Amino acid sequence: MKLNAFFILFIVASLTACKQNQKHLSKIEGKQLPITDSIAINADFDSLIAPYRKSLNKDMNAVLSFAPKTYTKNDGEYNTAIGNLMADIVYTQGNIVFNKRTNNNIDAVILNHGGIRSIISKGNITTETAFQVMPFENSIVVVALKGQQLDSMADYLRQAKKAHPISGMTLELDKNFNITKTLVQGKPIIKDKTYYLATNDYLYDGGDRMRFFKPNDSVYYLDYKIRNAMIDYFKKNDTINPKIDNRFIQTK
Amino acid sequence: MKRRQFIEQSAAATALVTLGGFGLQSCTASTKTKKITILHTNDVHSHIDAFGPEDGRNANQGGVARRATLVESIRNENPNTLLLDAGDIFQGTPYFNYYGGELEFKLMSKLKYDAATIGNHDFDNGIDGLYAQLPHAEFKFLSANYDFKNTIMDTHVKPYHIFIKDGIKIGVFGLGIKLDGLVNKNMYKETNYLDPIEIAQDMTRILKDEEHCDLIICLSHLGYHYRRSPDKISDLNLAKATKNIDLIIGGHTHTFLPKPTVAQNVDGKNVLVNQVGCYGINLGRIDFYFDAEKNKTANGTSIIV
Repeated sequence: MKLNAFFILFIVASLTACKQNQKHLSKIEGKQLPITDSIAINADFDSLIAPYRKSLNKDMNAVLSFAPKTYTKNDGEYNTAIGNLMADIVYTQGNIVFNKRTNNNIDAVILNHGGIRSIISKGNITTETAFQVMPFENSIVVVALKGQQLDSMADYLRQAKKAHPISGMTLELDKNFNITKTLVQGKPIIKDKTYYLATNDYLYDGGDRMRFFKPNDSVYYLDYKIRNAMIDYFKKNDTINPKIDNRFIQTK
Repeated sequence: MKRRQFIEQSAAATALVTLGGFGLQSCTASTKTKKITILHTNDVHSHIDAFGPEDGRNANQGGVARRATLVESIRNENPNTLLLDAGDIFQGTPYFNYYGGELEFKLMSKLKYDAATIGNHDFDNGIDGLYAQLPHAEFKFLSANYDFKNTIMDTHVKPYHIFIKDGIKIGVFGLGIKLDGLVNKNMYKETNYLDPIEIAQDMTRILKDEEHCDLIICLSHLGYHYRRSPDKISDLNLAKATKNIDLIIGGHTHTFLPKPTVAQNVDGKNVLVNQVGCYGINLGRIDFYFDAEKNKTANGTSIIV
């Protein structure tokens, strides 16, 4: 748009003329409007959403596996069926990628109890189940640690008194919460040996106050999301069968 | 975005021409009350569909297609309306996991949002993930205290913008929460967080003293108030420490308020602080009425909440 000088001058003149005539804020009214089902759906918007919703629902409703019962993170004291399932999935699925990349194998896994965001209900397991249990985008990280740091991890678990999911190791506490047994791959921990511990990037960065990952010899970011590892595992197993076992227990 | 800007500008020019045509007389004679409507959301978190009938807490609430109907009817009633969002547009339903925020931005553009600020969860696919969705956003991103100079978002976020509606100058600026400790550094990269109070003081100086705005709005993702850390920067603390802000639209803490809060600024003047919970369950509405100066009442501004 081309404005001639006269036009601009005209605007400036009118602005100056009005300048003293300031607007006065006389009244403010504030309220909150709830969006309820009494408001009609705008069809135009709904039709923009529809193809996304359709494709999403097709994926979300895809049946991947079957759960013979309902699993919750509260059905066990220091280890739970759902937690064991999660840690074992990270162990087996993560190791496929890790072994291909490094020729080494994952020795143990630690996740956090709070990271299990939903139950797995009896019946069909769908993609949506994986999104419910693991809505976050966290990925698997493998950390090379010396044996003594695994001892610090065992000490963390002892103090946390929570069913943080583990795999590849055994931890026993007595009734006073003293550690009576720590095994990795069925063997006692050797202090200066290097172990490969898998976790997720949230915990590696200090989430849930897990500070035993650092310093370390090396870190491997697998670029493999926990949720995708779950989906891949479910696709391979037509029925899941996780169980509470003796990997982390307290003797009375 | 360019096209809308152009329409706004030419509309403003038209108004001025009309004014000019009547000359000085029309200036002194313009005694009619002007009304500006501000609509706002925060922490919608990818809640595109309404909650299902089985939902334990929010059954049948929310949904973008319903919000659209409401926004449209308010715009029909008052075309001098701004629609704003206080951040955390992303993360919360598989729509985000699947499409990375594309649909969220497309719908907000179709709803004709004028501006949004950036929340911590808007970095959930990294700053690159946010940048990747920008082509779908036909609204402005405003953040005055995130310095994006050394990031891919440089030049795509402005500290403030001045909207002109019915001749009323409305200055809107954005403020974001401290990212360190909340978001992984490799997600926000070289985004530099600046002190919200100092920045807000700068912004109000520019918008009030230099730009002579009639209305100043802060779009904040700082959080309403932190009971356990009452000294932590929050909307209520920001209101107390600054001046010339008329309205703080907040987010982050998912705070449901029974009504907008009337706080007092450093000069003892009223500041409205509002937040409408989360997940697109509510739409906030604040109406500002302007009279010509000569009609100014002795009472100043009345606030009805």
